[in-house]
Amino acid sequence: MKGNIEMREKKPADEQRKRPLTPKRKQQSRREFLRATALTAGVVGVSLLGFVPVMQGNALRLRPPGALKTPEDEQQFFAACIKCGQCVQVCPVEAIELADLPDGFGIGLPYIDAREQACDFSCDGLQCVLACPTGALTHDLDYPADTRMGFARLARPKACLAMQGKGFKGQARGPDYKGLLRYEEIDRWTPIPVSEHPYDLAICDLCVRQCPIEIRIIQCEAAASEKRRQQVDRVAQKVGNECPPKHAITLAPVDLGDGIQRMKPIVQEGCVGCGVCEMICPVESAAILVDLDENADTVKGG
Amino acid sequence: MRYIRDSLVQVFGYKISRPGKDRQSPEVRAIYEGKKGKLSKADVEAVRHAHKGTFLNKWQKRRWATLILVNLLFVASFYYDVQLVEGSLTGARVIGFHFADLNAALQIALAYKHIVLNLVIGTVTVFLMWLLLGGRTFCSWVCPYHLLSEWGEYLHLWLVKKKFIKNHTFSRKVRSVFYVIFALLALLTGYTVFETISPTGILSRALIYGPGIALVWVGLLLLFEVFYSRRAWCRYVCPIGVTYGMVGVFSPVRVKYNAEACHHEGDCRKACLVPHVLDLTIRGGAVDVNQDVTSDCTRCGMCVDVCPTDSLTYEIKGLSKMLK
Repeated sequence: MKGNIEMREKKPADEQRKRPLTPKRKQQSRREFLRATALTAGVVGVSLLGFVPVMQGNALRLRPPGALKTPEDEQQFFAACIKCGQCVQVCPVEAIELADLPDGFGIGLPYIDAREQACDFSCDGLQCVLACPTGALTHDLDYPADTRMGFARLARPKACLAMQGKGFKGQARGPDYKGLLRYEEIDRWTPIPVSEHPYDLAICDLCVRQCPIEIRIIQCEAAASEKRRQQVDRVAQKVGNECPPKHAITLAPVDLGDGIQRMKPIVQEGCVGCGVCEMICPVESAAILVDLDENADTVKGG
Repeated sequence: MRYIRDSLVQVFGYKISRPGKDRQSPEVRAIYEGKKGKLSKADVEAVRHAHKGTFLNKWQKRRWATLILVNLLFVASFYYDVQLVEGSLTGARVIGFHFADLNAALQIALAYKHIVLNLVIGTVTVFLMWLLLGGRTFCSWVCPYHLLSEWGEYLHLWLVKKKFIKNHTFSRKVRSVFYVIFALLALLTGYTVFETISPTGILSRALIYGPGIALVWVGLLLLFEVFYSRRAWCRYVCPIGVTYGMVGVFSPVRVKYNAEACHHEGDCRKACLVPHVLDLTIRGGAVDVNQDVTSDCTRCGMCVDVCPTDSLTYEIKGLSKMLK
């Protein structure tokens, strides 16, 4: 078919050649060709600059649940994402943002700045995963506990209030903090600003108390004990499957021999890396962080 | 058949040679012969003057309104959370139905090397939509960069008229080169390289999710178009236009040229984003009395607005005949 086009095209072109091109026309087409070459080099060059931040690892970020990636390699996620932002639109706590030009090829890719606003799974149904039109947020996972976004780490143990044996009273992140969390005891359906929910804790346990995985486990345990009392039907038992199989973070007493009652947050195998602990940590800057180069699976493997 | 061939030839940046006399129908030859010596310059000027409209012409008005409305729908849907048109121009859900930009979907298919069902549904939907509406219609009726570029074009033309700058043209074949390069880059690197610099995606996201540094790139493109080369991105680079140009080959929505009353004064070609598609309006350029403009045309209607003799009109193949 294509060869056919060229053959048919050639005939009249030959006819035209009888009239030789004027030197001016010749020069014009030579210039057009040179300009086109420069344009190609320029535009392709600029587009390939997008490789730089990716190679340097500067485009590596905390991605929404289900992102097609391994801790080291986000290439599949970059390839599959259509950069439409539908995940941004469905998130009830507006945790997801789209990356900008400095991320190179990562432009338009969704990410989460945990310290600003972490994913607290308050949509319950992994809405971003459901919204994704390309499967860049893979539909393979069903429950928050299946997520592998990263892995939390007590990065600055000395700054941790619990490690100092201190309590916490007041607004976790101050009065001007815009971040939202869902407090089920207040409103099951609508997340509220953290600043509207002051705490009064004898010993600070915010990272454990607000961990979505831990909250779910407590709910499951409560439901289980209720069930034992009431013998609930099989459907309800099935719902129990969404109960996280493992703890994500726990507090353990530490004794430094100075008589102060200290507690240490210990990140457990069930941590999904959602970033709520990093978000809620009341010290500046956060004592606990989410690492991107690790997740529950790699931690288990190593 | 000839329409498909001519369309693809032009979409990929090649020239359609002027038809020889033997290829023209006797009717159109008679029209050309009949016009010889009949058109005095004063007559043509008089008709042009009588036709001269206001700044915003009929189709331009409708097109700008449509373009702004479509993009505003995206913005308002997110802002007021009404879930009418979720997402952005690269991928959207319209009242729950998946829509995927054909070029973005192609880049992903090449980079990701898997086909996702939702993406297939969205791509087929959009393919059928533009098949009906005319392929590159997307460019001039939806693409937000087109509107900015169109405004930049006015500035460019004014600067050229005042002789402050000169317009520089490129070989149009460079479009095909870009198309192949960006396809290969997606395939080989596994990254959707073109999306990084696509002003369509950048602007759509900036409108919906807020502005960012990427707008600097869009600004540079505009400056390049204003000061160096008229509509350079749309004419010579953008692979989205090529993708939709191919879809438009089968579209019934076209601009039709009728040679009978045409003065061949070339106002249409001066207004056109892709003037090579209007080469048939040059005297002796048409093969038949009625001939459709190829699918590289963005159906923007500038020529329809500007033509003093109504020789260029919109038509819906099949439907126009039935309506008559």
